[in-house]
Amino acid sequence: MDHDFNELRLDGVTRRFAGAGGLAFAALNELTLTIQRGEFIALLGPSGCGKSTALNCIAGLMQLSGGSIWLDSTRIDTLPPEKRGFGMVFQNYALFPHMTVARNIGFGLKMRGLSDANVAPRVAHALQLVQLTGQEHKLPGQLSGGQQQRVAIARAIVIEPPLVLMDEPLSNLDAKLRIETRAEIRRIHKELGRSTIYVTHDQDEALSLADRIVVMKDGVVQQIAAPHDVYAQPANLHVARFMGYRNVVEVAIERESGERVTVSGPDICLTGVRKQPLADGRACIAMRPEEFTLGADPGGSNTISGRVDNVEYCGRDSLIDVVTASGTRLYVRANGAPQAGDTVYVHIPVERTLVYPHE
Amino acid sequence: MTAPEAPRAAFDRVLLLVVPAAAFMLLLFIYPFLYGLALSFNPKEGGALANYAHFFTTDNLWPTIWTTLRLALPATLINVGLALPIAFKMRVKSPYQRWATTILVIPITLGTVLIAEGMLTYFGPKGWLAQFLQFFHLYEGSIRLTHNYWGVLISLVISGFPFAFLLILSYITGIDPVLARAASTLGADPRSQFRHIYLPLLAPGLAMCFCLAFVQAFSVFPSAVLLGSPAGPTRVISIAAYEAAFEQYDYSMASAIAMIMGFVQLVIVAAVLGARSLMYRGPVSAGKG
Repeated sequence: MDHDFNELRLDGVTRRFAGAGGLAFAALNELTLTIQRGEFIALLGPSGCGKSTALNCIAGLMQLSGGSIWLDSTRIDTLPPEKRGFGMVFQNYALFPHMTVARNIGFGLKMRGLSDANVAPRVAHALQLVQLTGQEHKLPGQLSGGQQQRVAIARAIVIEPPLVLMDEPLSNLDAKLRIETRAEIRRIHKELGRSTIYVTHDQDEALSLADRIVVMKDGVVQQIAAPHDVYAQPANLHVARFMGYRNVVEVAIERESGERVTVSGPDICLTGVRKQPLADGRACIAMRPEEFTLGADPGGSNTISGRVDNVEYCGRDSLIDVVTASGTRLYVRANGAPQAGDTVYVHIPVERTLVYPHE
Repeated sequence: MTAPEAPRAAFDRVLLLVVPAAAFMLLLFIYPFLYGLALSFNPKEGGALANYAHFFTTDNLWPTIWTTLRLALPATLINVGLALPIAFKMRVKSPYQRWATTILVIPITLGTVLIAEGMLTYFGPKGWLAQFLQFFHLYEGSIRLTHNYWGVLISLVISGFPFAFLLILSYITGIDPVLARAASTLGADPRSQFRHIYLPLLAPGLAMCFCLAFVQAFSVFPSAVLLGSPAGPTRVISIAAYEAAFEQYDYSMASAIAMIMGFVQLVIVAAVLGARSLMYRGPVSAGKG
C-alpha cells in the first residue's frame, strides 16, 4: 500500500466503547472528512474529545463501529495496520528500546523486505532530515526526549508513507523544544509533500501547523475550517471558548437586522455579528481579551464601562480585569496601565463581537 | 561566614532490615553448605578426594548426572516452550483469560506426591487414559506411561509448567503493547511483531525462567521414585545421594554427591546467564528516558 493517493475519505467513522452499566458510548461519532494529498490536518480538542480515537481508527489500531475509510477508491478500514502503510508518531514515541537509532528507523524498511544495503542510505537520509546524524548507534534510552521524538518522526517518514499520523507528538517536550520541533514538523511536511494528520489539544500548535483544523468535542466534529476561520469565526460557543474567547456573557436580544444583532445586559449594550441561528430572546456574546481597546471616555458605540479590579503586567501589554456595575467580569488585554479602582471604558468592534445562542 | 558543613553520610538504619534475612541465609544456607562441602572432603576412608573419585568411577553413580540431565533439560525446554506461546496469548484481557490462567496455575497448588498419585491412577496400564483409548479403539496396545522415563517427564511438566507460565506472563505483560502497535504501523505482521519486538525484549526473562525451571527439575526426587523406575532409567542424582545418606549411612559420600549436583546446576545456570549478558537488558517500556 505504499502507493500515492489523491484523497483520504472518512465517511461517517464511528467508534463506540462499552461504558458504565453496559451502555455503549460513542467516543467518535460520524466523523466525515476528506483529506487531499499534501494537506496538513489538525484534530483539535480537549482530552476525551475523540481525536486520538479518530487517529487510531485511521491507523487501523482500532476497529470501527460504523462508517468506512477510503483511500481514493480502495476501502481500507478492513485492513490491518501493517497493510495500510501509514507512518505513525506516538505520544510516548514508542521507540523499540532494544534497537539502536538506526535499526529503529530502518525497521519499517526491513519489514518491507529491503536489503541492508538499501536500508542504510535511506536511514542516513532520514537521520539527516531530522538532524540526528552521528547518533545512529545509540539506544533510545541514551537520547534526550527531543532526540527520541525526532527518531520517532524519522522512523515514521522513512517508509515514505502517503499519510503521516501524529498523536500529540510534542506534549512531552519542554516549551522551547516544542516550538523548535513544531517548525521542524512543518518543514518536513513541506519537504515530503505528503499528507499529515496531527492530533493535539494545543490550539497554538494547530493554528501554526495545519492547513485545516478539525475541532472536536465529545466525539462530535464542531468545525472544520482553515486556522484563520477557526480563530476568527468559531462555529459555535464551544469552539469560541476553546479558541480563546474568554469573555462569554449571557445577554438579551434587542433586535436582529441581517447578520447584525443588538443585545443588552444589565449594563451592557452591544451590537455584534450572529454566528448561529438565534431563538427565544436570549444569546451569548463571545469576545477575545485582545480585541478590546481601552478608551478614557464613554463616547462611541460598543463601549462598556467598568471599574478596574486587577492588572497583570505581561510585558508587551497588560491583562486587565474590568468589572461592570452589575458585577460582570471582563478580561481585557490592552496597552496602557490603569490602576486598580480606576473607571475605564473598553471598546470592541462590531465584527469582533460574536453572538451565539445561549446554552 | 562559613558555609554549613555538609552532613556526613550517616549510617542508614533502614539497612538493619536486611539483618534477619542475612542471618537466615547464614544459618540455614551458607553454614550447612560449607559444612557439607567440608564433610565431602572427609571420606570414611581414603584421601580428601576419595568420594569424588569414587563417584566418577562407579558405574551406578556417575551416569546419574546424565540421567538427571536427560529428564531436567527436556522438561525445562517443554515448560518454557509451552508457557511462552500460551502466556503470549493470555497477555491481552479477555473474558476467559482469568479462567484459563486459573486452570493453568492449579497444579502449582498440588504437591508432587499428590500429582504422582493421580498420575499413577490416570496414566497407569489400567488407568482412565488406557481405558478411554481402548474403549474408543484409538490405541489398542498397552500403555506404559508410569514407572518409566515418561512418567517422570510428564510429572515434571505438570508441576513445572505453572511456574514457567506465571513468570513469563509477568514478563510479557511488562512489555508496553504500544511497541507492537508501533511495529504494526511500520508493516510488521503479528508474527514479525513477536519475532522482532516481543522475543528480544523477553529473552532475558526467558533465560531467567529457564534457569529457575531447570534448577527445580534437576532436583527431582519424589516423582522419580514414585512414577519412575528408581533402579533404572530414572535413577536420578538425588536418589544416589539419598541412598548414600540413608541406606549406606555415608554422609560424607552423600555430601559429595550433593556438591556434584550443585556444581552441574551451577554450570548450566552460568552458561544460560552468560548468554543472557549478551542480550539487551534495559527497560522494556516505550517512555522517554
